[in-house]
Amino acid sequence: MAKAFANSADLKAYRQQLLKTRRTETKTISICAGTGCCASGALKLVDGFHRAVRERGLEREVTVRQTGCHGFCERGPLVVLHPELTLYQRVKGADIAEIIERTIQGGEVVERLLYQDAAGHRFVREDELPFYKNQMRLILAQNGHIDPTSIDDYLAVGGYQALAKVLGKSKPEKVCETIRKSGLRGRGGGGFPAGVKWESCRAAPCPDGVRYIICNADEGDPGAFMDRSIMEGNPHSVIEGMIIGAWAIGFPGRPQGYVYIRNEYPLAVERLGIALEQARRLGLLGKNILGSGLDFDIKINKGGGAFVCGESTALMASIEGFVGEPRAKHIHTVESGLWDKPTNLNNVETWANVPLIIDKGVKWYTGIGTGDVSRDPWGGSKGTKIFALVGKVQNTGLVEVPMGTSLRRIIYDIGGGIPGGKKFKAVQTGGPSGGCLPADKLDLPVDFDALTAAGSMMGSGGMIVMDESTCMVDVARYFTHFLADESCGKCVSCREGLRQLGRILDRICAGEGRPGDLELLESLGRTIRSASLCALGQTATNPLDSTLRYFREEYREHVEDKKCRAGVCRALISFRILADKCTGCMICAKKCPEQAISGEKKKPHVIDQSKCIRCGICRDVCKFDAVVVE
Amino acid sequence: MESKRLQEIVADHGKDPAQLLAILQDIQQEENYLPKETLKELARELGVPLARIYSLATFFSSFSLEPRGKHICTVCLGTACHVRGAPRLVDQVERDFAIKAGETTADRQLTLETVNCVGACALGPLVILDGEYHGNMNTAKLGRVLGSLKKE
Ligand SMILES: Cc1cc2nc3c(=O)[nH]c(=O)nc-3n(C[C@H](O)[C@H](O)[C@H](O)COP(=O)(O)O)c2cc1C
Ligand code: FES
Ligand code: FES
Repeated sequence: MAKAFANSADLKAYRQQLLKTRRTETKTISICAGTGCCASGALKLVDGFHRAVRERGLEREVTVRQTGCHGFCERGPLVVLHPELTLYQRVKGADIAEIIERTIQGGEVVERLLYQDAAGHRFVREDELPFYKNQMRLILAQNGHIDPTSIDDYLAVGGYQALAKVLGKSKPEKVCETIRKSGLRGRGGGGFPAGVKWESCRAAPCPDGVRYIICNADEGDPGAFMDRSIMEGNPHSVIEGMIIGAWAIGFPGRPQGYVYIRNEYPLAVERLGIALEQARRLGLLGKNILGSGLDFDIKINKGGGAFVCGESTALMASIEGFVGEPRAKHIHTVESGLWDKPTNLNNVETWANVPLIIDKGVKWYTGIGTGDVSRDPWGGSKGTKIFALVGKVQNTGLVEVPMGTSLRRIIYDIGGGIPGGKKFKAVQTGGPSGGCLPADKLDLPVDFDALTAAGSMMGSGGMIVMDESTCMVDVARYFTHFLADESCGKCVSCREGLRQLGRILDRICAGEGRPGDLELLESLGRTIRSASLCALGQTATNPLDSTLRYFREEYREHVEDKKCRAGVCRALISFRILADKCTGCMICAKKCPEQAISGEKKKPHVIDQSKCIRCGICRDVCKFDAVVVE
Repeated sequence: MESKRLQEIVADHGKDPAQLLAILQDIQQEENYLPKETLKELARELGVPLARIYSLATFFSSFSLEPRGKHICTVCLGTACHVRGAPRLVDQVERDFAIKAGETTADRQLTLETVNCVGACALGPLVILDGEYHGNMNTAKLGRVLGSLKKE
């Protein structure tokens, strides 16, 4: 690595040097080493490929590179061969030799490792896969290409160019204005225009010049992982965004940076730590960055597993070493936030958008997305948004699309629809503060305002697809309990109200629903919404409200008919063995924890309903689909 | 935890009460839980009320005030894992080992914990046994993964 850059000319020269030496590389084997693929054994592959290349003396012609998350985690471990972009999925150690010998050396494709869609088509190139082809990857563009632990990789693809463009060159006010005009809105949930926030923070009185620049990497939405993926795959893009922010908001003062990251993301913490260290060594953090006069550094703070700590004031309390209780917002954090200093908090994905906007310009950026932000930054949703497409969908993973893309396009064209021939029922967006939308909302363009109008919200980008085997009452019950557990307990309405909601929903799911329960849920919900201090309580009933609004019939069936049509609520279902499908293999009888299944070998078995606890193990272990729920 | 080690950890964090969360994380990392005596000593070291330390230790779900088991089984209960059947996995461990989520078996072999998403949602339902991720779990697979523990 080079010595610290004294100015932007140094950075430019170093990059040119890098590009010159790199052109000699011919082939690259990129192995995804994100959390998902590591869980499927990617690290062993990285070692294996290194060894195999070395053993064959191919080090000069072939580079083995570990990258961050490619977003198609379900098919991991993923291996992409450059420059052909051949994508191999679910690769195992035993496949390594074949990949090297047949593909790298022989130029053939190993058919069995290719991605195959539901109709049986195989795809060779990564960019031909429907999953990738229909996306617009700007923020995630480099994830599959660069080694996140190498700042050289980031510099080689143009990293820190945006920083060099503004630091010491554009007036800080001008940079704030650019961000405002770009229409960039916060990706952490609220959709607040980032430029407006920056300008207010810059304008706030601050005698000693200490302003805090914070990155919210708490990613509390359970079922969302785009922030994790950005930090693991391209940590420098977040750091670059934050340094630009420090210049725009804090120069000529003494801005200081924090990343508040959740403890459940050890790999992201590690990668970010490495990236910060490298940036410091190159003089991109520290004193007099690129000779601009800006002094700025970033610290990492790890969270402790509390959803509410993603809320801005709770997050700041937590950095100060107190429990994460939100406070009233009549004092804005941009004026008095962390340690009572002007504080600017943005989400990981928001920060990662910043270098892109600076690099490519407002005109380009506002060309993507919905609405018109030329007069009012609230006038539309610009740029792309990354969604974590999960649940009952064929292709699960990270999907980056322009704002305004329809739910249908995301779920069907990119996601490949619902697996197992089942029927779509709902899609949940916005995490625990969001809502569930039914099939007739599938053509809704996904942007901040359209989702809110439909009773859900953008949130941080979790998108959970549900099919006919998902019970909507159970989903509402799940989120209500989640929020009751995560409520910090400060407001009575939120702490006690959510608990009561949870109890009523428990009763309904247990077959003990009473007439009037639905109205009771609604009136209690209104109280919780209006009497709670922070957005956790104020939006806590969204999952409940939206399911009551769109799936009321399912609630009615639970309460009046004592039926769960999805076959989820245990008290309302029973398991049965289909005599014509059962082969009498006896495996269910062996695995049943209650010895509730009996039958002779090779003869149909039966379940004793009085003993059955409806754990569903028999259905899981049956190889002949002979166990059904009713 | 030995006093000397505690002092080192505290010194690593500049003896700064604002670093309490990080200090507690370091203690738990080494001790597997937060021992009462250590917390009392920490309060004296930092000059903060013990109540403030307890409020943090009980607020954040990643801390345990009880010694945890030799093995730790963490079931993800995030939304993506939930809709793919994660609650049944919790039930299964609770039933097989006669403990509730958050508890440890009497022989200190196993602690069952739950977590709200670890960011590997595409592989849900997800179970982490001693730091190793097991994706696309069902009751049959979990039975196999935990089977080795039962025999120990
Ligand atoms: C209960 C609650 C949890 C939140 N969790 C997160 C989170 O995990 N990540 C995040 O970026 N924002 C979260 N937010 C939103 C933040 O309060 C804040 O609006 C956001 O980080 C600001 O950044 P942005 O404008 O770039 O989105 C949460 C808000 C609430 C009320
Ligand atoms: S972790 Fe490999 S694709 Fe996401
Ligand atoms: S919901 Fe289980 S890993 Fe995200």
